[in-house]
Amino acid sequence: MAAETFEPEIVAFCCTYCAYAAADLAGSMRLRYPTNVKIVKIPCTGKLDSLYIMRAFEKGADGVYVAGCLEGQCHFLEGNINAKRRVKYLKKVLEEIGIGGERLEMYNMSAAMGPRFAEVANEFTARIRELGPSPLSATAKHKVPASSGTAAEQ
Amino acid sequence: MIIAEQKPLSEIEEMLADCHKVMVAGCGTCVTVCFAGGEKEVGLLASALRMARELKGQPLETLERTLHRQCEWEFVDPVKAELEGIDAILSLGCGVGVQALSERLPGVRVLPALNTKFMGLPLEQGVWSERCAGCGDCVLDLTGGICPIARCSKSLLNGPCGGSASGKCEISPDVDCGWQLIYDRLESLGRLDLMEEPIPPKDWSYARDGGPRRIVREDLRLGQ
Ligand code: SF4
Ligand code: SF4
Repeated sequence: MAAETFEPEIVAFCCTYCAYAAADLAGSMRLRYPTNVKIVKIPCTGKLDSLYIMRAFEKGADGVYVAGCLEGQCHFLEGNINAKRRVKYLKKVLEEIGIGGERLEMYNMSAAMGPRFAEVANEFTARIRELGPSPLSATAKHKVPASSGTAAEQ
Repeated sequence: MIIAEQKPLSEIEEMLADCHKVMVAGCGTCVTVCFAGGEKEVGLLASALRMARELKGQPLETLERTLHRQCEWEFVDPVKAELEGIDAILSLGCGVGVQALSERLPGVRVLPALNTKFMGLPLEQGVWSERCAGCGDCVLDLTGGICPIARCSKSLLNGPCGGSASGKCEISPDVDCGWQLIYDRLESLGRLDLMEEPIPPKDWSYARDGGPRRIVREDLRLGQ
């Protein structure tokens, strides 16, 4: 796929207290940002389960980013710091798998930073466009088995 | 509890190279608490393996199961009903769990996803430290409740050695000297007299030197 025509699928996990509100503001301000970015609202980036990120890639996302409050301003004090560590760890895992750690990023912004939200969405989309489709996406969009649980309980 | 750590993904991938379908089996007790092999880690590892294999053009099918405890037959047995078409079980239990599955599930290849490290405790979230060496003949009554076997780098019974400096062991400035800890603790208990008493040589036949160990309690056995 030529780089100009490649439209990446990007999932943005946004904290409801900051980035999600910033996205709203970006909308009210009529700022343009790429439609590639699909926003998933979460109550705090601290709630972000590493599995959500893995599943997003497994289901064919070309890039994923996490957007939380500015450091020191987390509604739950340190959820964003915990998320930052998880993102750092998962970047390494993605590298090992062969997907590439640069397809995952963490950003920080406040609810008042609508323009920054649009800027991040543009920046990240450009990065993923540059990288091209996820090596998985040729085979991806596959089903993720819903087969977990405790054997003894079944 | 038992503390373990996941093996590098590449090593696990190599073990599973000839498998098409595996059960990724977690353990709901020790390794859940140390974030090495619980339900969450099963999900993450299975997902990572599926993606890595997909990229190699050799898809891997995974069945995710987390047993309450891999080291008890009653929790292992239900797995038997789900082994159809499985090439191997990738166990995220400790070494005991891996062996219990192997023993109870004849003909099934059970592979370890973790390295079992030690018996210890979480000092804080994300940090674990060794506390017991399972020597089979506890001396904690003589050492203020701090184990010289597990916590002195040389397992000295009558320390400290000449390598103890400013509370640290000579092997590394990051390692507390076990015998300094014992001294400080005995001092706080007003029992420094115990430092004067030489501890006699230990009978290591109660430890691994006596071969694989076993405990039999006649009072607890069932049946004839
Ligand atoms: S199998 Fe190992 S990790 Fe699991 S409960 Fe037993 S001792 Fe603990
Ligand atoms: S310095 Fe302390 S902990 Fe290290 S070997 Fe000597 S007595 Fe043991």
